[in-house]
Amino acid sequence: MVDQTLKRTPLHAIHVALGAKMVPFGGYEMPVAYPAGINAEHRAVREGAGIFDVSHMGEFEVTGPDRNAFVQKVTCNDVGALRPGQAQYSALLTEQGTFVDDCLVYRFEDKLMVVVNASNIDKDWDHIVAQKGGANVRLRNISEEVALLAVQGPKAEALVGSLTAVGVAMIPYYHFTEGKVAGVQCFISRTGYTGEDGFELYCRAGDVETLWHALAGPGRAEPCGLGARDTLRLEAGLPLYGSDIDDTVTPLEAGLNFIVKLDKGATFVGLAALKRQKLEGITRRLVGFTVTETPPRMIARHGYDVFLDGRKADIVRSGTVTPTVNAAIGTTYLPVTQAKPGTKIEIDIRGKRAPAEVVKLPFVPHRTKR
Amino acid sequence: MSNIPKDLRYTKEHEYVKPTADKAVVQIGITDYAQGELGDVVYVDLPKPGAAFGHMDVFGTIEAVKAVSELFCPVTGTVVEVNGALESDPALVNKDPYGAGWMIKLRVKDSGEMATLLDSAAYAKHIGE
Repeated sequence: MVDQTLKRTPLHAIHVALGAKMVPFGGYEMPVAYPAGINAEHRAVREGAGIFDVSHMGEFEVTGPDRNAFVQKVTCNDVGALRPGQAQYSALLTEQGTFVDDCLVYRFEDKLMVVVNASNIDKDWDHIVAQKGGANVRLRNISEEVALLAVQGPKAEALVGSLTAVGVAMIPYYHFTEGKVAGVQCFISRTGYTGEDGFELYCRAGDVETLWHALAGPGRAEPCGLGARDTLRLEAGLPLYGSDIDDTVTPLEAGLNFIVKLDKGATFVGLAALKRQKLEGITRRLVGFTVTETPPRMIARHGYDVFLDGRKADIVRSGTVTPTVNAAIGTTYLPVTQAKPGTKIEIDIRGKRAPAEVVKLPFVPHRTKR
Repeated sequence: MSNIPKDLRYTKEHEYVKPTADKAVVQIGITDYAQGELGDVVYVDLPKPGAAFGHMDVFGTIEAVKAVSELFCPVTGTVVEVNGALESDPALVNKDPYGAGWMIKLRVKDSGEMATLLDSAAYAKHIGE
Protein backbone atom coordinates (compact mmCIF):
# COMPACT_ATOMS: atom_id res chain seq x y z
CA MET A 1 0.00 0.00 0.00
CA VAL A 2 1.30 3.43 -0.85
CA ASP A 3 1.43 5.80 2.08
CA GLN A 4 -1.00 8.72 2.03
CA THR A 5 1.63 11.15 3.27
CA LEU A 6 3.93 10.62 0.30
CA LYS A 7 4.39 13.57 -2.04
CA ARG A 8 3.54 13.28 -5.72
CA THR A 9 5.16 14.77 -8.78
CA PRO A 10 2.95 16.77 -11.17
CA LEU A 11 2.93 13.74 -13.51
CA HIS A 12 1.56 11.27 -10.94
CA ALA A 13 -1.77 10.75 -12.73
CA ILE A 14 0.02 10.13 -16.04
CA HIS A 15 2.24 7.44 -14.51
CA VAL A 16 -0.78 5.71 -12.98
CA ALA A 17 -2.68 5.91 -16.28
CA LEU A 18 0.30 4.32 -18.06
CA GLY A 19 0.08 1.41 -15.62
CA ALA A 20 3.30 2.16 -13.75
CA LYS A 21 4.03 0.33 -10.53
CA MET A 22 4.31 3.11 -7.97
CA VAL A 23 6.62 2.84 -4.95
CA PRO A 24 7.75 5.15 -2.15
CA PHE A 25 11.12 6.73 -2.86
CA GLY A 26 12.72 9.69 -1.11
CA GLY A 27 9.39 10.76 0.34
CA TYR A 28 7.67 10.63 -3.05
CA GLU A 29 5.39 8.14 -4.70
CA MET A 30 7.38 7.33 -7.84
CA PRO A 31 7.11 4.97 -10.84
CA VAL A 32 9.59 2.09 -10.41
CA ALA A 33 8.64 0.50 -13.74
CA TYR A 34 6.01 0.80 -16.45
CA PRO A 35 4.36 -2.28 -17.98
CA ALA A 36 7.25 -2.64 -20.49
CA GLY A 37 9.43 -3.64 -17.52
CA ILE A 38 12.86 -2.63 -16.24
CA ASN A 39 14.82 -4.61 -18.83
CA ALA A 40 12.94 -3.14 -21.82
CA GLU A 41 13.23 0.36 -20.35
CA HIS A 42 16.93 -0.15 -19.72
CA ARG A 43 17.48 -1.26 -23.33
CA ALA A 44 15.47 1.69 -24.67
CA VAL A 45 17.97 4.06 -23.06
CA ARG A 46 21.04 2.13 -24.27
CA GLU A 47 19.68 1.75 -27.81
CA GLY A 48 17.22 4.63 -28.41
CA ALA A 49 15.75 7.08 -25.97
CA GLY A 50 14.07 6.91 -22.58
CA ILE A 51 12.35 9.56 -20.50
CA PHE A 52 12.36 9.72 -16.70
CA ASP A 53 10.21 11.90 -14.47
CA VAL A 54 12.74 12.92 -11.84
CA SER A 55 10.76 15.88 -10.52
CA HIS A 56 11.29 14.52 -7.01
CA MET A 57 14.87 15.86 -7.11
CA GLY A 58 15.45 18.95 -4.98
CA GLU A 59 16.56 22.34 -6.27
CA PHE A 60 17.96 25.23 -4.24
CA GLU A 61 18.44 28.66 -5.79
CA VAL A 62 21.25 30.89 -4.50
CA THR A 63 21.19 34.60 -5.40
CA GLY A 64 22.86 37.71 -4.01
CA PRO A 65 26.34 39.25 -4.27
CA ASP A 66 28.10 36.52 -2.23
CA ARG A 67 26.47 33.62 -4.09
CA ASN A 68 29.61 32.19 -5.69
CA ALA A 69 31.66 32.41 -2.50
CA PHE A 70 28.82 30.83 -0.55
CA VAL A 71 28.44 27.82 -2.84
CA GLN A 72 32.24 27.55 -2.93
CA LYS A 73 32.09 27.16 0.86
CA VAL A 74 29.29 24.56 1.00
CA THR A 75 30.48 22.34 -1.89
CA CYS A 76 33.82 20.61 -2.46
CA ASN A 77 34.23 21.11 -6.22
CA ASP A 78 35.47 24.46 -7.57
CA VAL A 79 32.64 26.87 -8.40
CA GLY A 80 35.33 29.33 -9.54
CA ALA A 81 36.03 27.05 -12.51
CA LEU A 82 32.44 27.37 -13.73
CA ARG A 83 31.41 29.90 -16.34
CA PRO A 84 27.77 30.89 -16.65
CA GLY A 85 26.07 28.13 -18.64
CA GLN A 86 28.15 25.38 -17.07
CA ALA A 87 27.27 22.71 -14.54
CA GLN A 88 29.43 20.53 -12.33
CA TYR A 89 29.09 17.41 -10.23
CA SER A 90 29.92 18.16 -6.61
CA ALA A 91 29.02 17.34 -3.02
CA LEU A 92 27.93 18.81 0.27
CA LEU A 93 30.20 17.44 3.00
CA THR A 94 30.27 17.18 6.77
CA GLU A 95 33.21 18.59 8.78
CA GLN A 96 34.52 14.99 8.73
CA GLY A 97 34.65 15.13 4.93
CA THR A 98 31.86 12.58 4.52
CA PHE A 99 28.83 13.07 2.30
CA VAL A 100 25.82 15.06 3.38
CA ASP A 101 24.77 14.53 -0.23
CA ASP A 102 26.09 14.61 -3.76
CA CYS A 103 24.76 17.36 -6.01
CA LEU A 104 24.91 19.25 -9.28
CA VAL A 105 25.82 22.94 -9.28
CA TYR A 106 24.56 25.10 -12.15
CA ARG A 107 26.03 28.56 -12.66
CA PHE A 108 23.81 31.19 -14.26
CA GLU A 109 24.72 34.85 -14.91
CA ASP A 110 22.81 35.99 -11.84
CA LYS A 111 22.35 32.90 -9.68
CA LEU A 112 23.42 29.37 -8.88
CA MET A 113 21.21 26.31 -8.66
CA VAL A 114 22.13 23.32 -6.51
CA VAL A 115 20.32 20.07 -7.36
CA VAL A 116 20.12 17.46 -4.60
CA ASN A 117 18.60 14.04 -3.91
CA ALA A 118 14.91 13.96 -3.00
CA SER A 119 15.49 11.93 0.15
CA ASN A 120 17.95 14.56 1.43
CA ILE A 121 16.13 17.81 0.59
CA ASP A 122 15.30 18.74 4.19
CA LYS A 123 18.69 17.66 5.56
CA ASP A 124 20.60 19.45 2.80
CA TRP A 125 18.53 22.60 3.20
CA ASP A 126 19.23 22.72 6.96
CA HIS A 127 22.90 22.04 6.25
CA ILE A 128 23.36 24.93 3.83
CA VAL A 129 21.20 27.36 5.81
CA ALA A 130 23.40 26.63 8.83
CA GLN A 131 26.46 27.75 6.80
CA LYS A 132 24.91 31.06 5.76
CA GLY A 133 26.27 33.18 8.62
CA GLY A 134 26.76 36.76 7.46
CA ALA A 135 26.94 35.93 3.73
CA ASN A 136 24.93 38.28 1.57
CA VAL A 137 22.91 35.60 -0.22
CA ARG A 138 19.30 34.67 -0.61
CA LEU A 139 18.52 30.96 -0.45
CA ARG A 140 15.31 29.56 -1.87
CA ASN A 141 14.19 25.95 -1.79
CA ILE A 142 12.44 25.79 -5.18
CA SER A 143 12.02 21.99 -5.20
CA GLU A 144 8.23 22.14 -5.33
CA GLU A 145 8.15 24.73 -8.12
CA VAL A 146 10.59 22.95 -10.40
CA ALA A 147 9.89 19.81 -12.40
CA LEU A 148 12.61 17.75 -14.07
CA LEU A 149 12.54 15.32 -16.99
CA ALA A 150 15.62 13.37 -18.07
CA VAL A 151 15.70 12.35 -21.74
CA GLN A 152 18.53 9.87 -22.18
CA GLY A 153 19.94 7.67 -24.90
CA PRO A 154 21.62 7.86 -28.32
CA LYS A 155 18.41 9.25 -29.89
CA ALA A 156 17.84 11.90 -27.19
CA GLU A 157 19.59 14.67 -29.11
CA ALA A 158 17.49 14.17 -32.25
CA LEU A 159 14.28 13.98 -30.21
CA VAL A 160 14.86 17.07 -28.09
CA GLY A 161 16.28 18.88 -31.13
CA SER A 162 13.09 18.25 -33.10
CA LEU A 163 11.05 20.13 -30.49
CA THR A 164 13.13 23.27 -30.09
CA ALA A 165 14.74 26.11 -32.03
CA VAL A 166 17.72 25.88 -29.66
CA GLY A 167 20.75 24.23 -31.30
CA VAL A 168 20.91 21.45 -28.74
CA ALA A 169 23.63 19.61 -30.68
CA MET A 170 25.92 22.53 -29.83
CA ILE A 171 25.44 22.20 -26.06
CA PRO A 172 28.58 20.47 -24.70
CA TYR A 173 28.48 17.89 -21.93
CA TYR A 174 27.85 19.49 -18.53
CA HIS A 175 26.69 22.73 -20.13
CA PHE A 176 23.19 24.14 -20.29
CA THR A 177 21.18 26.82 -21.97
CA GLU A 178 17.77 28.37 -21.49
CA GLY A 179 15.12 27.96 -24.18
CA LYS A 180 11.78 26.54 -25.17
CA VAL A 181 11.19 22.85 -25.79
CA ALA A 182 7.71 22.06 -27.16
CA GLY A 183 6.76 25.64 -26.20
CA VAL A 184 7.81 25.10 -22.58
CA GLN A 185 10.50 27.34 -21.09
CA CYS A 186 13.33 25.10 -19.81
CA PHE A 187 16.91 24.92 -18.64
CA ILE A 188 18.25 22.45 -21.18
CA SER A 189 21.16 20.69 -19.50
CA ARG A 190 23.41 18.14 -21.22
CA THR A 191 23.70 15.92 -18.18
CA GLY A 192 22.28 12.65 -16.97
CA TYR A 193 22.56 9.62 -14.74
CA THR A 194 22.73 6.77 -17.25
CA GLY A 195 26.14 6.96 -18.93
CA GLU A 196 24.40 7.78 -22.21
CA ASP A 197 24.18 11.09 -24.03
CA GLY A 198 21.06 13.05 -23.17
CA PHE A 199 19.48 16.01 -21.53
CA GLU A 200 17.89 17.00 -18.27
CA LEU A 201 15.09 19.52 -18.78
CA TYR A 202 14.14 21.70 -15.83
CA CYS A 203 10.82 23.52 -16.15
CA ARG A 204 8.00 24.97 -14.06
CA ALA A 205 5.92 22.29 -12.36
CA GLY A 206 2.80 23.52 -14.15
CA ASP A 207 4.40 23.05 -17.60
CA VAL A 208 5.86 19.58 -17.22
CA GLU A 209 2.78 17.72 -18.45
CA THR A 210 3.04 19.49 -21.84
CA LEU A 211 6.73 18.65 -22.00
CA TRP A 212 6.13 14.99 -21.09
CA HIS A 213 3.46 14.53 -23.78
CA ALA A 214 5.74 16.04 -26.42
CA LEU A 215 8.64 13.74 -25.54
CA ALA A 216 7.13 10.45 -24.34
CA GLY A 217 5.49 7.76 -26.40
CA PRO A 218 5.89 5.39 -29.35
CA GLY A 219 8.56 6.58 -31.78
CA ARG A 220 9.78 9.09 -29.22
CA ALA A 221 11.11 8.31 -25.72
CA GLU A 222 10.14 5.21 -23.74
CA PRO A 223 8.80 6.06 -20.26
CA CYS A 224 11.34 4.69 -17.78
CA GLY A 225 11.02 4.24 -14.03
CA LEU A 226 13.42 4.35 -11.12
CA GLY A 227 14.21 0.65 -11.57
CA ALA A 228 15.85 1.23 -14.95
CA ARG A 229 17.41 4.46 -13.66
CA ASP A 230 19.15 2.35 -11.01
CA THR A 231 20.40 -0.42 -13.33
CA LEU A 232 21.61 2.18 -15.86
CA ARG A 233 23.45 4.32 -13.32
CA LEU A 234 25.07 1.31 -11.68
CA GLU A 235 26.33 -0.02 -15.03
CA ALA A 236 27.74 3.45 -15.65
CA GLY A 237 29.46 3.34 -12.24
CA LEU A 238 27.62 6.43 -11.01
CA PRO A 239 27.18 6.53 -7.24
CA LEU A 240 23.85 6.63 -5.43
CA TYR A 241 23.49 8.36 -2.09
CA GLY A 242 22.33 5.87 0.52
CA SER A 243 24.04 2.97 -1.27
CA ASP A 244 27.53 3.76 -2.58
CA ILE A 245 27.97 6.98 -0.65
CA ASP A 246 26.62 8.30 2.64
CA ASP A 247 27.73 10.23 5.71
CA THR A 248 30.24 7.51 6.67
CA VAL A 249 32.38 7.72 3.50
CA THR A 250 34.37 10.49 1.85
CA PRO A 251 34.63 11.37 -1.86
CA LEU A 252 38.26 10.17 -1.84
CA GLU A 253 37.18 6.72 -0.64
CA ALA A 254 34.36 6.72 -3.20
CA GLY A 255 36.81 7.36 -6.05
CA LEU A 256 35.39 10.82 -6.65
CA ASN A 257 38.71 12.67 -6.33
CA PHE A 258 37.77 14.77 -9.37
CA ILE A 259 35.11 16.61 -7.36
CA VAL A 260 37.46 17.38 -4.45
CA LYS A 261 39.39 20.60 -5.10
CA LEU A 262 41.64 20.98 -2.07
CA ASP A 263 43.53 23.83 -3.73
CA LYS A 264 40.60 25.82 -5.05
CA GLY A 265 41.67 28.88 -3.08
CA ALA A 266 38.71 28.84 -0.73
CA THR A 267 37.94 26.95 2.41
CA PHE A 268 34.97 24.59 2.39
CA VAL A 269 33.18 22.37 4.85
CA GLY A 270 35.17 19.14 5.12
CA LEU A 271 38.41 20.59 3.67
CA ALA A 272 40.59 20.00 6.74
CA ALA A 273 39.45 16.39 7.10
CA LEU A 274 40.01 15.64 3.41
CA LYS A 275 43.46 17.27 3.43
CA ARG A 276 44.38 15.03 6.31
CA GLN A 277 42.95 11.96 4.62
CA LYS A 278 44.81 12.73 1.40
CA LEU A 279 48.06 13.13 3.33
CA GLU A 280 47.62 9.93 5.33
CA GLY A 281 46.17 8.03 2.39
CA ILE A 282 42.82 6.31 2.22
CA THR A 283 42.51 2.83 3.69
CA ARG A 284 39.50 1.63 1.68
CA ARG A 285 37.93 2.43 -1.64
CA LEU A 286 34.79 1.76 -3.58
CA VAL A 287 35.15 -1.00 -6.18
CA GLY A 288 32.89 -2.69 -8.68
CA PHE A 289 32.43 -6.44 -8.68
CA THR A 290 30.85 -9.07 -10.88
CA VAL A 291 29.48 -12.32 -9.49
CA THR A 292 31.52 -14.81 -11.49
CA GLU A 293 28.72 -17.26 -12.10
CA THR A 294 27.28 -17.09 -15.62
CA PRO A 295 24.50 -16.92 -16.41
CA PRO A 296 23.72 -15.09 -13.18
CA ARG A 297 21.75 -17.30 -10.83
CA MET A 298 21.69 -14.96 -7.86
CA ILE A 299 21.74 -11.24 -7.32
CA ALA A 300 24.09 -9.73 -4.75
CA ARG A 301 21.75 -7.18 -3.22
CA HIS A 302 22.33 -4.11 -1.07
CA GLY A 303 23.25 -5.09 2.50
CA TYR A 304 24.54 -8.61 1.81
CA ASP A 305 27.88 -9.38 3.53
CA VAL A 306 31.08 -9.27 1.47
CA PHE A 307 34.02 -11.50 2.42
CA LEU A 308 37.70 -11.08 1.56
CA ASP A 309 40.12 -13.87 2.51
CA GLY A 310 37.31 -15.46 4.52
CA ARG A 311 36.75 -12.37 6.66
CA LYS A 312 33.87 -9.92 6.41
CA ALA A 313 35.16 -6.85 4.57
CA ASP A 314 32.01 -4.81 3.95
CA ILE A 315 28.49 -5.12 2.66
CA VAL A 316 27.18 -4.89 -0.88
CA ARG A 317 26.54 -1.18 -1.40
CA SER A 318 24.74 -1.36 -4.74
CA GLY A 319 23.78 -4.63 -6.36
CA THR A 320 21.63 -5.67 -9.28
CA VAL A 321 21.59 -7.65 -12.49
CA THR A 322 21.47 -5.81 -15.77
CA PRO A 323 20.56 -6.74 -19.33
CA THR A 324 23.61 -5.04 -20.91
CA VAL A 325 26.20 -6.83 -18.78
CA ASN A 326 24.06 -9.96 -18.27
CA ALA A 327 25.64 -10.53 -14.90
CA ALA A 328 25.02 -9.81 -11.27
CA ILE A 329 27.05 -6.66 -10.59
CA GLY A 330 27.57 -4.44 -7.60
CA THR A 331 29.82 -2.21 -5.55
CA THR A 332 31.52 -2.55 -2.18
CA TYR A 333 34.37 -1.03 -0.18
CA LEU A 334 37.66 -2.97 0.04
CA PRO A 335 41.04 -2.23 1.66
CA VAL A 336 43.08 -0.21 -0.88
CA THR A 337 45.81 -2.85 -0.83
CA GLN A 338 43.33 -5.49 -2.02
CA ALA A 339 41.11 -3.51 -4.35
CA LYS A 340 42.73 -4.31 -7.70
CA PRO A 341 40.68 -5.71 -10.57
CA GLY A 342 40.84 -9.49 -10.45
CA THR A 343 40.75 -9.65 -6.63
CA LYS A 344 38.53 -12.53 -5.55
CA ILE A 345 35.80 -11.90 -3.01
CA GLU A 346 32.76 -13.81 -1.79
CA ILE A 347 29.24 -12.57 -1.19
CA ASP A 348 26.85 -14.16 1.24
CA ILE A 349 23.67 -14.46 -0.77
CA ARG A 350 21.09 -15.70 1.72
CA GLY A 351 23.46 -18.24 3.23
CA LYS A 352 25.30 -19.25 0.03
CA ARG A 353 28.80 -17.91 -0.62
CA ALA A 354 28.84 -16.68 -4.19
CA PRO A 355 32.26 -16.09 -5.78
CA ALA A 356 32.80 -12.61 -7.21
CA GLU A 357 35.67 -10.66 -8.69
CA VAL A 358 36.68 -7.00 -8.55
CA VAL A 359 36.32 -5.30 -11.93
CA LYS A 360 37.12 -1.84 -13.22
CA LEU A 361 34.34 0.73 -13.07
CA PRO A 362 32.27 1.58 -15.01
CA PHE A 363 30.75 -1.75 -16.04
CA VAL A 364 29.57 -0.19 -19.30
CA PRO A 365 31.63 2.59 -20.96
CA HIS A 366 30.07 6.05 -20.99
CA ARG A 367 28.86 7.36 -24.34
CA THR A 368 28.27 10.94 -23.26
CA LYS A 369 29.23 13.82 -25.59
CA ARG A 370 32.52 15.40 -24.61
CA MET B 1 -6.71 -6.20 -12.75
CA SER B 2 -4.63 -9.32 -12.88
CA ASN B 3 -5.63 -12.62 -14.43
CA ILE B 4 -7.01 -15.12 -11.84
CA PRO B 5 -8.25 -18.24 -13.65
CA LYS B 6 -11.34 -19.74 -12.04
CA ASP B 7 -10.24 -23.38 -12.28
CA LEU B 8 -7.05 -22.99 -10.24
CA ARG B 9 -6.32 -22.96 -6.52
CA TYR B 10 -4.09 -20.42 -4.78
CA THR B 11 -1.94 -19.74 -1.70
CA LYS B 12 -1.80 -16.46 0.19
CA GLU B 13 1.87 -16.37 -0.85
CA HIS B 14 0.76 -16.12 -4.52
CA GLU B 15 1.51 -19.61 -5.81
CA TYR B 16 -1.12 -21.35 -7.91
CA VAL B 17 -1.98 -25.05 -8.25
CA LYS B 18 -3.24 -26.22 -11.63
CA PRO B 19 -4.60 -29.69 -12.43
CA THR B 20 -2.84 -31.78 -15.09
CA ALA B 21 -3.94 -34.73 -17.21
CA ASP B 22 -2.61 -37.02 -14.45
CA LYS B 23 -5.03 -36.62 -11.56
CA ALA B 24 -2.31 -37.20 -8.96
CA VAL B 25 0.01 -34.53 -10.43
CA VAL B 26 -0.41 -30.76 -10.23
CA GLN B 27 1.41 -27.88 -11.90
CA ILE B 28 2.72 -25.11 -9.64
CA GLY B 29 3.82 -21.58 -10.43
CA ILE B 30 3.24 -18.02 -9.30
CA THR B 31 0.21 -15.92 -10.12
CA ASP B 32 -0.13 -13.15 -12.67
CA TYR B 33 -0.50 -10.72 -9.76
CA ALA B 34 2.78 -11.96 -8.23
CA GLN B 35 4.75 -11.64 -11.47
CA GLY B 36 3.40 -8.10 -11.89
CA GLU B 37 4.46 -7.16 -8.38
CA LEU B 38 7.93 -8.68 -8.81
CA GLY B 39 8.61 -7.14 -12.21
CA ASP B 40 11.19 -8.55 -14.64
CA VAL B 41 12.16 -12.02 -13.41
CA VAL B 42 15.87 -12.73 -13.95
CA TYR B 43 16.34 -16.09 -12.30
CA VAL B 44 14.26 -18.91 -10.87
CA ASP B 45 16.05 -21.36 -8.55
CA LEU B 46 14.13 -24.64 -8.68
CA PRO B 47 14.58 -28.05 -7.01
CA LYS B 48 15.49 -31.27 -8.83
CA PRO B 49 12.94 -33.97 -9.73
CA GLY B 50 12.58 -36.35 -6.79
CA ALA B 51 12.76 -33.64 -4.15
CA ALA B 52 9.97 -33.87 -1.57
CA PHE B 53 8.29 -30.90 0.09
CA GLY B 54 5.76 -30.47 2.87
CA HIS B 55 2.85 -28.07 2.93
CA MET B 56 4.23 -24.50 2.57
CA ASP B 57 7.88 -25.61 2.55
CA VAL B 58 10.20 -23.37 0.53
CA PHE B 59 10.83 -25.15 -2.79
CA GLY B 60 12.78 -22.43 -4.55
CA THR B 61 13.62 -18.78 -4.99
CA ILE B 62 12.62 -16.26 -7.59
CA GLU B 63 14.82 -13.27 -8.33
CA ALA B 64 13.52 -10.16 -10.06
CA VAL B 65 15.59 -7.06 -10.73
CA LYS B 66 14.13 -5.23 -7.75
CA ALA B 67 13.14 -8.06 -5.43
CA VAL B 68 13.77 -11.62 -4.36
CA SER B 69 11.07 -13.93 -3.10
CA GLU B 70 10.84 -17.48 -1.79
CA LEU B 71 8.56 -20.00 -3.45
CA PHE B 72 6.25 -22.00 -1.19
CA CYS B 73 4.96 -25.46 -1.96
CA PRO B 74 1.15 -25.30 -1.71
CA VAL B 75 0.70 -29.00 -0.94
CA THR B 76 2.83 -31.92 0.27
CA GLY B 77 4.35 -34.01 -2.50
CA THR B 78 7.29 -35.03 -4.67
CA VAL B 79 8.62 -33.11 -7.66
CA VAL B 80 8.21 -35.11 -10.87
CA GLU B 81 9.20 -32.44 -13.39
CA VAL B 82 10.87 -29.01 -13.42
CA ASN B 83 10.39 -26.37 -16.10
CA GLY B 84 13.90 -26.32 -17.63
CA ALA B 85 12.89 -23.54 -20.04
CA LEU B 86 13.08 -21.05 -17.18
CA GLU B 87 16.84 -21.59 -16.98
CA SER B 88 17.43 -19.79 -20.28
CA ASP B 89 14.28 -17.66 -20.35
CA PRO B 90 13.13 -16.71 -16.84
CA ALA B 91 10.99 -13.93 -18.36
CA LEU B 92 8.47 -16.68 -19.29
CA VAL B 93 7.20 -16.23 -15.72
CA ASN B 94 6.25 -12.65 -16.63
CA LYS B 95 4.90 -13.45 -20.10
CA ASP B 96 2.82 -16.52 -19.32
CA PRO B 97 2.72 -17.39 -15.60
CA TYR B 98 -0.05 -20.01 -15.91
CA GLY B 99 1.35 -21.57 -19.11
CA ALA B 100 4.95 -21.58 -20.33
CA GLY B 101 6.10 -19.90 -17.10
CA TRP B 102 5.15 -22.84 -14.85
CA MET B 103 7.74 -23.96 -12.30
CA ILE B 104 7.30 -27.52 -11.03
CA LYS B 105 5.00 -30.50 -11.41
CA LEU B 106 4.31 -32.26 -8.14
CA ARG B 107 2.89 -35.69 -7.28
CA VAL B 108 0.47 -34.85 -4.49
CA LYS B 109 0.70 -37.01 -1.35
CA ASP B 110 -2.60 -36.09 0.23
CA SER B 111 -5.30 -34.72 -2.07
CA GLY B 112 -7.20 -33.63 1.05
CA GLU B 113 -4.70 -30.79 1.44
CA MET B 114 -6.13 -29.15 -1.67
CA ALA B 115 -9.07 -28.03 0.47
CA THR B 116 -6.74 -25.73 2.44
CA LEU B 117 -6.06 -23.62 -0.68
CA LEU B 118 -7.91 -20.49 -1.77
CA ASP B 119 -10.34 -20.55 -4.69
CA SER B 120 -10.17 -17.76 -7.28
CA ALA B 121 -12.73 -15.57 -5.49
CA ALA B 122 -10.93 -15.87 -2.15
CA TYR B 123 -7.57 -15.16 -3.81
CA ALA B 124 -8.98 -12.11 -5.61
CA LYS B 125 -10.23 -10.84 -2.27
CA HIS B 126 -6.83 -11.56 -0.68
CA ILE B 127 -5.03 -9.33 -3.20
CA GLY B 128 -7.71 -6.68 -3.02
CA GLU B 129 -9.25 -7.14 -6.47
